[in-house]
Amino acid sequence: MLRLFLAVLAALLLATGGLRAEPVGQILDTNRALIQKSSRLTIGPVIDALATSGDDRAEAVLQAWGDKHLGIRKSDGAFVLITRKGGDYVLTAPDGKAAGTAKRSDIDALRPNAGVRRLIDGALVQFQLNAPKRATRAAALDIIDRHPEAGQLKPLEASIPGEFDPGLRSRKERMLRLLTIRFGDDGAARIKAIESFGADTGLDLRGALNPLLDTKRVVTRAGETPPGNVARQLIPGKGIGDAAAYDLLVKAGDAPARLTPVARKQALEANIEGGKVGGVPVPDLSDPEARDRAYSALEQAGKVPQAATAAEVAAAVAAHAYWDVYAEPSKEVTDAARAALSKIALKVDGMEAFDLLLEALSLASIYFLAAIGLALTFGVMGVINMAHGEFIMMGAYTGYVVQQWIPNYTVSLLVALPLAFAVTFAAGVAMERLVVRHLYKRPLETLLATFGVSIALQQIAKNIFGTQARPLTSPAWLDGAWVLNDVVSISYIRIAIFVLGLVFLLLFLFVMNRTRLGLELRAVTQNPAMAASMGINPDRINMLAFGLGSGIAGIAGIALGLFAKVTSELGQDYIVQSFMTVVVGGVGNIFGTLAGAALIGTLQKGIEWLNPSNTLAAQTYMILFIILFIQVRPRGIIALKGRAAGD
Amino acid sequence: MSAYLRKNPSVLWFLAILALFVVAVTLMSPGTGSGMISTSFVKTLGKTLCLAMVALAMDLVWGYTGILSLGHMAFFAIGGYMIGMWLMYARTEEIVVKALSQSPIPPTPDEIFHGIGTQIFGVVGSSKMPLIWTFAGSLPAQLALVVIVPAVLAFVFGWLAFRSRVAGVYLSILTQAMTLALSLWLFQNDSGLRGNNGLSGLQNIPGLGGVSQDWLSIWFFWASAAALALAYILLAWVVSGKFGSVIRAIRDDEQRVRFLGYPVEGFKLFVFALTAVICGIAGALYYPQAGIINPAELAPIASIYLAVWVAIGGRGRLYGAVMGAVFVSLLSSWFTGGRAPDVPLGFGTIHWVDWWQVLLGLAFVLVTLFAPQGLGGLVDLVTGLRHPGRHGAPLGPDQGSLQEKEAQE
Amino acid sequence: MTKMNRRTLLLTGAAAVAAPLAAPRIARAADGDTIKLGILHSLSGTMAISETTLKDTMLMLIEQQNAKGGVLGKKLEAVVVDPASDWPLFAEKARELITVDKVAAIFGCWTSVSRKSVLPVVEELNGLLFYPVQYEGQESSKNVFYTGAAPNQQAIPAVDYFLGELGVEKFALLGTDYVYPRTTNKILEAYLQQKGIKKEDIFVNYTPFGQSDWSKIVSDVKALTADGKQVGVISTINGDANIGFYKELAASGITADDIPVVAFSVGEEELSGLGKGDLSNLVGQLAAWNYFESVDTPENKKFIEEWHAFTKDPKRVTNDPMEAHYIGFNMWVQAAEQAKSVDSDAIQAAMIGQEFPNLTGTTAKMLPNHHLTKPVLIGEIREDGQFDVVKKTDPVPGDAWSDFLPESKDLISDWADKKCGMYNTATNTCVQIKSNY
Repeated sequence: MLRLFLAVLAALLLATGGLRAEPVGQILDTNRALIQKSSRLTIGPVIDALATSGDDRAEAVLQAWGDKHLGIRKSDGAFVLITRKGGDYVLTAPDGKAAGTAKRSDIDALRPNAGVRRLIDGALVQFQLNAPKRATRAAALDIIDRHPEAGQLKPLEASIPGEFDPGLRSRKERMLRLLTIRFGDDGAARIKAIESFGADTGLDLRGALNPLLDTKRVVTRAGETPPGNVARQLIPGKGIGDAAAYDLLVKAGDAPARLTPVARKQALEANIEGGKVGGVPVPDLSDPEARDRAYSALEQAGKVPQAATAAEVAAAVAAHAYWDVYAEPSKEVTDAARAALSKIALKVDGMEAFDLLLEALSLASIYFLAAIGLALTFGVMGVINMAHGEFIMMGAYTGYVVQQWIPNYTVSLLVALPLAFAVTFAAGVAMERLVVRHLYKRPLETLLATFGVSIALQQIAKNIFGTQARPLTSPAWLDGAWVLNDVVSISYIRIAIFVLGLVFLLLFLFVMNRTRLGLELRAVTQNPAMAASMGINPDRINMLAFGLGSGIAGIAGIALGLFAKVTSELGQDYIVQSFMTVVVGGVGNIFGTLAGAALIGTLQKGIEWLNPSNTLAAQTYMILFIILFIQVRPRGIIALKGRAAGD
Repeated sequence: MSAYLRKNPSVLWFLAILALFVVAVTLMSPGTGSGMISTSFVKTLGKTLCLAMVALAMDLVWGYTGILSLGHMAFFAIGGYMIGMWLMYARTEEIVVKALSQSPIPPTPDEIFHGIGTQIFGVVGSSKMPLIWTFAGSLPAQLALVVIVPAVLAFVFGWLAFRSRVAGVYLSILTQAMTLALSLWLFQNDSGLRGNNGLSGLQNIPGLGGVSQDWLSIWFFWASAAALALAYILLAWVVSGKFGSVIRAIRDDEQRVRFLGYPVEGFKLFVFALTAVICGIAGALYYPQAGIINPAELAPIASIYLAVWVAIGGRGRLYGAVMGAVFVSLLSSWFTGGRAPDVPLGFGTIHWVDWWQVLLGLAFVLVTLFAPQGLGGLVDLVTGLRHPGRHGAPLGPDQGSLQEKEAQE
Repeated sequence: MTKMNRRTLLLTGAAAVAAPLAAPRIARAADGDTIKLGILHSLSGTMAISETTLKDTMLMLIEQQNAKGGVLGKKLEAVVVDPASDWPLFAEKARELITVDKVAAIFGCWTSVSRKSVLPVVEELNGLLFYPVQYEGQESSKNVFYTGAAPNQQAIPAVDYFLGELGVEKFALLGTDYVYPRTTNKILEAYLQQKGIKKEDIFVNYTPFGQSDWSKIVSDVKALTADGKQVGVISTINGDANIGFYKELAASGITADDIPVVAFSVGEEELSGLGKGDLSNLVGQLAAWNYFESVDTPENKKFIEEWHAFTKDPKRVTNDPMEAHYIGFNMWVQAAEQAKSVDSDAIQAAMIGQEFPNLTGTTAKMLPNHHLTKPVLIGEIREDGQFDVVKKTDPVPGDAWSDFLPESKDLISDWADKKCGMYNTATNTCVQIKSNY
């Protein structure tokens, strides 16, 4: 309302000829200083003046300004609309006439900040709601959606009959109801609008309802009721603490402030007389009780102000009543809003639980993907490979390098996936032949040797790619998120990781149970000597299996790089968790790894939900839990039994 | 006594070399000698001795008992934190008391306590003294905690792990998880040890404000040398008797020892806790020389490096561990200090700052593969020790952990 | 020269272990016809990426000064050491620089931990440290000059921008779990509450270094909009973790118009870790610094040109801490010329009150609390990974002790008159002269 008044006032001031359309160029010139150093707090009248100027160029100028396409020519200080053409600008005067071209350095382009742009957008809404282009109208609705204002109610209502696009029409109608809830002046219409939504979980609806229930804390004398729409009374000791209640009284000016220790000390210091304060010798004042005595003595002598004692505080608190009062005056509206919100809250809780479950599932699939290669090398073969994380990293860097060569993200991804597999497969085979093979009988030393490989690989990656994170960008079709409603959504890249995990699970099962390699591998791991005498070459099988596990890690690396970042420490971030996943799940069984990942993912999300402000705590407690869990089930969730268990 | 020395010929050698080293450093240090080496180098040497002490502990737990713990640096850091709490508290108390004494009214104990809290936790945006700082004001209490906290933690962790027969690589991963959890916990501000900032300014010893670092550094160097000597003597005694035979037997075949009626878990638990205590003491000596401790010090990688030192030095012999720790850590600081000359190749230059890690990693692989005896193997060459001819049969499950005594047969 | 010989002789008799490590140091300490400056920035380890740039900046500045004839008629010599992102090593190297190399001043450190590690050493040995990075404040040492921003020179103006220009009513303070975010957020929480933002409208979250799983946190932030208030995010997220955060933000369709994010640790360098596609989703998100490469002033243009020429890399970006070193170094030169000495005490006295034009068109002044006056710039991310400056304040004097925290509101630092880094104005006492680290 005030805004509108200001706008009219400004328009009157600026428009010398009354109703005659004021040229926008003139408005710009008059308000040059405000526009050049624009701030949301002061620019309002200028924008309103432009919007209400009646000049048909107003929309174009506002649009250009909001898009950072308005500039000032340095030579003569004229406002111009600019369009980039090569290294230069093509200029247009505010009145729409072409104004030639200029070098970029000759133009001071205006860069209104987001707050100012928001006001500009707001002013443009009235033009855009009935614009011929569907996209423009949709954009106008987005603006209303973000920053609803009272002034939008009328134009929006007026634009509905002329809206023939069914999608936009229903959006407009929904928005109209939302605006009515917020700004409508007819109580019955507002209640109707509130009730029309039912248990809708939209953030916009909750955003409209919650402000209706804003309360203010009010103090009255005991026995009185405050004016306005009372939400509830607060009883000291129950709804409100005694200390908080007294603070309210102090704030309201109904009671003297309590004496703080600092104030008391200063008062005592100011009253030292001959080595004594209020009759108490100064050296004794290191005792709080002595300070109390000294202060009481000074109070009695009238040298310091009276401070509220505990009894006085209690009496003052008891003599008043404390209330929460709604800012919204209509009781019917607040009741309807409260009823609607409590209905929504139940549904939102359910949705949140579902969303948490999705996130847990997603985290589990990430852990699973990182660990699945290990499930083969560590779980089945029993070889501990500390360089597994570095294979993940190698895969991610392969993806990065491919993207440098192939700019199309989709194609590069299709190339990178097999390439990453090939690279890490080769690295895995090389490591198996050169290092791991000689240490099959010495598992602890395998751990150490592969760790040596791990630090070397990590440092080599640092030397080649630097310590800075490298971009690995997902193709456009993996951008964005699958949105069920405003509560439940999950990004496509996470879904892709989930699918990839699923594919690998099936692949793993297929290889292990349906192929010759799987059969031979199982034979070799159970009894190498016997397998060898059946004509299986254990060396070859081990090599292939190790390569396969490493190759899977490489592909996982691309997925993890797409989802977060590519650094030389990418693998290190996952290695401990990966081993945990395999160990918790139980070695030798892919379903164990799956269960382990599910357990760890759910647990971590659960703890995060309990303590949302500290993600680090979630990780700490998760690891502690795992340590304890291993005590209870040393062989993991799904333990192998009998001979297959080895010892 | 003589029986002890006969069983452990390396003790005399070790003590003699250590003594010689201490005398040399004392003569060259800025505090007590010519000042030929700088104070910071004296500190580096003192710290290296502490690291050698941890390596000794690691050797006992890994080389002799066969438990590859990847968490012993956690105990080392805990020792540092315990002493660091006292150092910070006492130093801050001095400052606060001095500041408050300027006001005309003597401070109450509460004001002092609050002042210390504000000073220590001001940097992390808090002023409350957490509960774990209860004993921080008392040096004897914190010194006791240097021993007690690692011991208790090792005992509880070991009891849980050994009781449920977690062994081999599983145990390694579990110890790694333990140190990771601990470091993540310490990284949190809520844990009350100043989060990522850790405890700093530890080189300034409360009450010794007038003593220059030149002197403090050499005092700590002596203390570290003495502690290392004591640890060596103690561990040599531990491994040479019947106890030593049992733990080596556990390393070689745990099941068999168990069937012979020995309480394997008890032995392992004792070794685990004892080494944790040694690490704690070493940490308490190390961090006042380093000056700052923060949770990054107990990242899992630190414990793995510890294993690297011991492996390169040679497992199953105490002097091997010391050699490995001293050699690798000094070499490492030389290479990463940017003082190693660059090697120009035709197509590029090798900057050792960048390539040292690669070299270390590969050296480590090679040592594991081809020289399981590590640097200690050199001593065998000199003394003409030969490996027992076992006609191809492996020397227990852990070939690298060759034991002196065994090799003399 | 004879001294040198004796040293060399003694050296040959030294213990075999000590010799290779100590030798180069001693040789270097002997010559005295140059003025030495120590450069203490990590050249390896996790911080190398940020700090190497600063080392190069210092080398460039020293080279330029030598071309102008050096300082006090002597050439400057840079002594570069590598503390390898290892905090205890910072203290050790600082001690070497001061005692062995006898440097006149040290330019160095990046993280708060490394500064806290060096602090006791420079105070003990009365050295000088120029610290160029934005930090959490609550410190003022006689021996340190803080040329980066204090919270009131970065965080508070950014919050004011949120409150005033963007009308943000509800805040999410997201940070990496270490000292700078912790302290900054504490100050901001207190400040916001004074500005009338309710405690329940401030959501705080800390994540570990290198956090990559942001879905829960982003959806938590999104859920904050449910009560119809404008939500803004203040991010003190550090380093690589930003990439995952911004990716998740983009994936959930949150734009700068929905929920603005202002970051204090994201500059030109950090954005280069994001691809083009990701950047276009971030356009309009904010960062607050005292300098942006895109600032259009003649000084900045010249600086960037010199930088490209020195590094022989026309694409190398410049950033805020580089400007801090530029100012700090030039002030040190001025102070040395004025005091006719590079002695630590003389410089400390001469530094206060020094003025030097910064790169953004105003003048930086060294205050008695060893902090600078700095203008605060707020920039919006562009598609090319640079920033559009949308707001620039007048130079703000740096405040060592925050006025918004109850425990430090009475504290000031004044090394000119009161000679005290932590002076309580309520009780009129000096709490401490040396820092407590």
